[in-house]
Amino acid sequence: MRRKVPQFVCALFGILLFALYFSSHPLARALSQLVLVEYWQIIFAFTLLVGVVSFLKVNLKSIERGEDRPYRIVSLMGLLSMPIVAFFWGIKGGTPFMWIFENIQVPMQSTVFALLAFFVVSASFRGFRARSVSASVLLVSALLTLLARSDVGGLLSEHLPVVADWVRNNPSMSARRAILIGIGLGSVTTSLRVIVGIERTWLGGKQQ
Amino acid sequence: MDISTLVAGILTLAIFTFLYRDNPIYKMAESLLIGVSIGYFLVITWTNSLMDLLFNPLFRDGRLALVIPLVLGLMMFGRFHKRTSALSRIPIAVLIGSGAGVAIPAMLGARTLAQMSATVSPLVTEGGGLNISSIVILLGVLCTLSYFYFSREHRGVLGQSAKAGTWFLMVFFGTTFGYTVMSRMSTFIGRVEFLLSDFLRLAN
Repeated sequence: MRRKVPQFVCALFGILLFALYFSSHPLARALSQLVLVEYWQIIFAFTLLVGVVSFLKVNLKSIERGEDRPYRIVSLMGLLSMPIVAFFWGIKGGTPFMWIFENIQVPMQSTVFALLAFFVVSASFRGFRARSVSASVLLVSALLTLLARSDVGGLLSEHLPVVADWVRNNPSMSARRAILIGIGLGSVTTSLRVIVGIERTWLGGKQQ
Repeated sequence: MDISTLVAGILTLAIFTFLYRDNPIYKMAESLLIGVSIGYFLVITWTNSLMDLLFNPLFRDGRLALVIPLVLGLMMFGRFHKRTSALSRIPIAVLIGSGAGVAIPAMLGARTLAQMSATVSPLVTEGGGLNISSIVILLGVLCTLSYFYFSREHRGVLGQSAKAGTWFLMVFFGTTFGYTVMSRMSTFIGRVEFLLSDFLRLAN
């Protein structure tokens, strides 16, 4: 019963939404809009709340045990400060909430993103070895793109950016298309398996 | 220097200290980022999803149809207790089921059929010459798809085609890698530019 009811609900909503796609009737459009926009966003919002409660519980437990106490406290302070400033001053432009977002969150987020450049380059320096034809093709296409997208490429040869664009728009695009076709077919298969109840891993726990 | 630039500069430097090695300054900045990011998304979700889509329409405008997502959302909290944890499967079933139902036509249309129709284009130009780009794309798609075909052993023609497919895949991975590195590099240049011009005022 604990697994059959969710499976039934899943199949019901799957068949309903699939059937609604083939109808242009305003009622069908309104119903699919209600489920896909409102139901989804509201349930997702509650899942975020569940995540926040879980985060608070894990951090409070760690503080109690004395594990990474200063870092956990900073995390909790960061988390609690946002709702507090939002409650007192609102979230419009020029408020403390937006100040924290623009001067604390955004600079740190983009710096973490920039840090990855170093790790990607160092990992590729170790991993990119022309040991086979496939590895050489990978190396050449990566170098071609890197050179063509920097000023050095234009200085080396005026044809380099043109060649890089052709490679991106043709051989690279063809592999991308094949992958997308595969993703599309795979998604359809998985969705069908979920709706008819063959795929049940989303229920978690032991398979019965 | 204003306080905004000072804070942003110090925190940017704190994150960059990781380039030396993992250290307490980096960990502190990382913890702050995690907390502030969750707090930000919590406030935005509360305002845009829960207040605007649920609480205001339900309690102020009387849209009783929204009681269903409210109950489904509250069921998610059942996860915190062993006896009620099964309740959280119902809202998950709604999300998974409706997602799967929508995905079938959407994925077929936007992914499979759209990509197949874009691949099928004239191989001979109006002047009678060969359209090399179209031929390369058609060959590339067929060879790459044959690489992902596992119902038969990759031998003979299928083996050769699958091998050519790996080369097309490598070209794709190489170009994607190149663009990823360049996008990260441009972000890095942006951060260094901020540090040098706004924070340290060493450059204009």
